[in-house]
Amino acid sequence: MTRRVVITGTGAVTPLGVGAETLLDGWIAGRCGIADGEGSCDEFEPTDHLSRKEARRADRFTQLGIVAGDEAIAAAGLDSEGIDHDRIGCVIGTGIGGLTSLEEQVGVLRERGPDAVSPLSVPLMMGNAAAAAVAMRHGIHGQTYGIVSACAAGAHAIGAAARMIQAGDADAVVCGGAEATLTPIAIAAFGSMAATSPTGISRPFDARRDGFVMGEGAGVLVLEEAEAAEERGAEVLGELIGYAATSDAHHLTAPDPSGRAAARAVTLALADAGIQPSEIDYVNAHGTSTPLNDRSETEALKLALGEDAHRVPVSSTKSAIGHLLGAAGAVEAIATLGALRREIAPPTLGYGEPDEGLDLDYVPNDARPLATASGNGGARHIGVSNSFGFGGHNAVLCIAS
Amino acid sequence: MTTKAETGNVERVIFDGLAEVGAEPDDISREAEFEALDVDSLDLVELAQIVEEEFGVRLEGDDLKGLTTVGQVIDLVVKKAG
Repeated sequence: MTRRVVITGTGAVTPLGVGAETLLDGWIAGRCGIADGEGSCDEFEPTDHLSRKEARRADRFTQLGIVAGDEAIAAAGLDSEGIDHDRIGCVIGTGIGGLTSLEEQVGVLRERGPDAVSPLSVPLMMGNAAAAAVAMRHGIHGQTYGIVSACAAGAHAIGAAARMIQAGDADAVVCGGAEATLTPIAIAAFGSMAATSPTGISRPFDARRDGFVMGEGAGVLVLEEAEAAEERGAEVLGELIGYAATSDAHHLTAPDPSGRAAARAVTLALADAGIQPSEIDYVNAHGTSTPLNDRSETEALKLALGEDAHRVPVSSTKSAIGHLLGAAGAVEAIATLGALRREIAPPTLGYGEPDEGLDLDYVPNDARPLATASGNGGARHIGVSNSFGFGGHNAVLCIAS
Repeated sequence: MTTKAETGNVERVIFDGLAEVGAEPDDISREAEFEALDVDSLDLVELAQIVEEEFGVRLEGDDLKGLTTVGQVIDLVVKKAG
């Protein structure tokens, strides 16, 4: 008997504000957190949440992860006494890690020499820093590590966490993603490869889309083994019913235009969940607003879902907050769960001009009530959240409310 | 150009440095113990960097071994400068 994995807590810091509900409220209302071509977490003030010492010992990506983690853990009641913290794991992904700290210390090295480089440099910039900080803060003693898979890291972290629980290695896992790369080098680097939008507009699936808008933030969920959650009386927000990951093995950055491996990830996630395309109520697309992704993702959904691809509402959270890179998969899993729970299909903002061949129902501009899929008994809603990373990494989560 | 390492100067720079690395300013005194200030080995390396920059006095890893109070470090810096 497979151990079932339920979701008992969520937390997020995004360009729409601090809090998972803030994200959902804002997105559903059609608010966009992007300003001046960036999705920055302007409302996030580290010292509102952390002591000065805690804040200076954490890169911004870790600070965001800590605050999202605090929210998720508080919601789940996972800090309560009587819970065996040896049986809790922590997996937090990131695309790049502590880039702000790295850039700063490269400056110190150049200007003042090696002796002046901060002894905090390594713990600030290491990719597992957010996972380490959350585990330390909450006394989590189970498996703890970071996951690095570019823009799929948040989704891979949730998938790895689910597998950890299913394998019996943990009863609960705090998992998600964190990213803060609105730094000169990242902006220049993504810009020079023409990945980011020169107009600074995120309009996924629109004919005028010209690249992604970089954002920052963090999303953290608490996953728990269903019986353990029930025994301690935790409120169950939803269930992670399926997960799969594949690889394009096609190109360093460009997705396979056929969408074949991405489609296979969707198909395998549905098989893992034991459901058919006819049971899906909602797809939260990777939907980056790049010319290549939105086309190949549309192809992938058609391959994986068949006729149902044209029925299912498909929308992109990135239209409201930009691309949170390694945090995106986790933030979007939280957005997916929220949409299912509220029975609303949130909109793809900024959508105006249809592109040839991109003919799915992208929920343009306005949220609408979520219809129940014909194959779904109606007792719960089912959603799929896609994440695809540079390197050709595809990770797909299947979530039920 | 470095500052002359006299007790008063050194105390001021080290007190400021400890506050900079995150110690509670009200708790900082000559008698305060690093453990009580929540100052660990990484913080002490930062403090040594501040001292070197200000006074040109280099504190190696072994120099700080066994020192538990702020005053002991101040005295060591003054002594090494002399």
